[in-house]
Amino acid sequence: MTQRITIDPITRLEGHGKIEIFLNDEGEVANTYFQIPELRGFERFVVGRPVEEMPLLTNRICGVCPEAHHMAAAKAVDAVYHVEVPRTGKMLRELLYSAFYCTDHTTHFYALAGPDFVMGPDAPVAERNILGVIHKVGLEIGGKVIQMRKYGHTVVEMIGGRKVHPCTSIPGGLTKGITEEQRKEIEEMGRWAIEFAQFSLKLFSDIVLGNKTYLDLILGDIYTHQTYYMGLVDENNHVNFYDGKVRVVGPDGKELVKYAPHEYTENVAEHVEPWTYLKFPYLKKVGWKGFVDGPDSGVYCATPLSRLNAADGMATPRAQEEYEKMYKTLGGKPVHQRLATHWARLIELLYAAERWVELATDPEITSPNYHTIPTEKPTEGVGIVEAPRGTLTHHYWTDERGVVTKANLIVGTTNNYAPITMSIQKAAKSLIKKGTVINEGLLNMVEMAFRAYDPCFGCATHSLPGQMPLEVTIRNAQGEIVDVLKQFVD
Amino acid sequence: MSKPKFAMYWAASCGGCEIAVLNIHEKILDVDANFEVVFWPVAMDAKYKDVEAMEDGSILLTLFNGGIRNDENEHIAKLLRKKSQILVAFGSCACEGCIPGLANFSPIQQVVDTAFSTVSTDNPENVRPQPSYDMPEGTIHIPTLYPVLRTLDQVVDVDYYMPGCPPESHQIAAVIDLVIQVLQGKAQLPPKGSVIGAGGSTVCDECKRKRNEKTIKEFGRIQLMHADPELCLLEQGIPCNGPATRSGCNARCPSAGAQCIGCYGPAEGVVDYGARLVSAFASVIDSNDPAEIDRILDGLVDPAGQFYRFNLAGSLLRAAKPAWKSGD
Repeated sequence: MTQRITIDPITRLEGHGKIEIFLNDEGEVANTYFQIPELRGFERFVVGRPVEEMPLLTNRICGVCPEAHHMAAAKAVDAVYHVEVPRTGKMLRELLYSAFYCTDHTTHFYALAGPDFVMGPDAPVAERNILGVIHKVGLEIGGKVIQMRKYGHTVVEMIGGRKVHPCTSIPGGLTKGITEEQRKEIEEMGRWAIEFAQFSLKLFSDIVLGNKTYLDLILGDIYTHQTYYMGLVDENNHVNFYDGKVRVVGPDGKELVKYAPHEYTENVAEHVEPWTYLKFPYLKKVGWKGFVDGPDSGVYCATPLSRLNAADGMATPRAQEEYEKMYKTLGGKPVHQRLATHWARLIELLYAAERWVELATDPEITSPNYHTIPTEKPTEGVGIVEAPRGTLTHHYWTDERGVVTKANLIVGTTNNYAPITMSIQKAAKSLIKKGTVINEGLLNMVEMAFRAYDPCFGCATHSLPGQMPLEVTIRNAQGEIVDVLKQFVD
Repeated sequence: MSKPKFAMYWAASCGGCEIAVLNIHEKILDVDANFEVVFWPVAMDAKYKDVEAMEDGSILLTLFNGGIRNDENEHIAKLLRKKSQILVAFGSCACEGCIPGLANFSPIQQVVDTAFSTVSTDNPENVRPQPSYDMPEGTIHIPTLYPVLRTLDQVVDVDYYMPGCPPESHQIAAVIDLVIQVLQGKAQLPPKGSVIGAGGSTVCDECKRKRNEKTIKEFGRIQLMHADPELCLLEQGIPCNGPATRSGCNARCPSAGAQCIGCYGPAEGVVDYGARLVSAFASVIDSNDPAEIDRILDGLVDPAGQFYRFNLAGSLLRAAKPAWKSGD
């Protein structure tokens, strides 16, 4: 019997993305569709606005990672005005951004990914959440997680003026600096963050790497795709979140291209499908070949693991050690196993914390020289940062008054739309075989495929990264419901 | 006795309202202690079908954020209205449309066309997303975009309004305290239709910057000057929306050296935000010469956005004519 399966995260009526799986007459997966049901249209309605408002307006694309949009926009408006931000200005922005990264990666690891590993992928659904983790590993860790989030937000507010939707970046720098008292407080919190990151890596090592079942799960084929990888790197080809060039490596780990922000249109294009509101970015020089992996397909990934794959190392000593350890354990570069993304995320957490302290202890960080007044006519500019969930590109054109005439945005999670779609398909295919009964396992596996990417369709729509409630409706060829399976729904 | 039920939902929004609620930290435990959280997709297992199955009016308090952009948003708004005794338009999007409401300046086709014809879009056949699309394997569906974005109270009856983009966490905590006191019989709810979790005056009243008599000879751009960190920004010619904007945020942006952009919406008693701001700006222009006044006003490079940045969908205008017409 031909079947149709609808997987609705939360439910179809809540606009959070929806998966359709179609089976053929043999009961094998014929095709899968992952649909994004919403469009708000920022690229249209920012036209006509003064360009200095872009870091404020584009914040509202995503309340989960407004810091990323604020920074990409800030860099794009600098470029529009052809103005060089003074060193202190750059450092303040990167300091804010490093603290934000610590908060964001912490939330993801402990609230989202952690439960799968700490509780085990086979644990009852009701226990696979942050409370389950806290019960198992102790209340003390829960307190640390809350502390880390608080510290990160405190720094964001000190430099960015607000906890959500920061407001201080303008063309040429910032509207304010920090005092020596603030600096001291920031440094102290940063040192605590380094310890927290090291603690998190140890926890991962003890619980996950020390368990052969988990290691096999990470290294298994089901979550493996051989794609291109993208990430921002500094002049030494080390991972950088705030600045640098975008480097892309192939499935073989060799550099395909390294491009400056303004060269992105030569390197990335977005494929359109009529059944979803979100576009599918791909590497222009390789080409769109559909939802397939391999060196001939332009599909690429932009995640913590991608950034580590695309770089030659980390710019800070402790993170570099962990970087080497990961690749040694997993058998060299690049790592294609998507579940290793969780490990990579923790290495990035450590890097962000180390960078936080580096910046907070720079003698120039409290300098009042945080803004350069632009003197050139505004024209066009591109800003790129690494959002936690992928390379984030903002591109604006203005008239000579600095009023936006055109805009283009390629947001973090969007980069991974095609690979997520492929991972869903692969998970579906590995679980739905001729005669095989579709069971709870499908939900878990599909959910884990999602989770590795930490998809935040807040950027594209409005779904927060969080538990991914799924509902699978199995229909026959006539569209009648045969069975309904649920997770986090009822 | 079972605890009163609490729900929170997002429609066309960014998730920042949810983050602001999570940022009340330990107060979340008060919510947990006093309410049964029955529906809150970000923080707990979603139980949409449970909501549908609930008796009408069985949820005591629902905080609804996000504007009404498509048919799904409207469906959920109506459902939660039916199930809730108290429905709060939570945050700027639900109250007044917020930044996504700026889409109401353009016909919806133009909004979609722009997104699917950007410089990096590879779309030789000019494909547009379709609410229903026939794939070889079957027909698949996505929601239908409405011609204009609407505020929550343009779709259902709303009991209270809580402004802010997002609402400040200390204000959220205060509102939660109030509701708990009401539950304990120690306080009373404000009259229906009130603005809660905000002040009754303007951002200027909370702003610590020094103010003299405001007179300006030109409007300036914040990036093109070194603004005095102590002095009123509007006095320095920076178009700060403080005079028309409701208090409640402790003048957060001006305190950080940035102009108020108006996220707390119209101040108490203001019928139309833009009209109030026009009058506030007009009153500081230091000239009686029509030609000079014109020159000064030219310094405001985006009057439509300046006056209706957060408030377009909720204003008397609601949308530009071409946007309304795009629904015909």
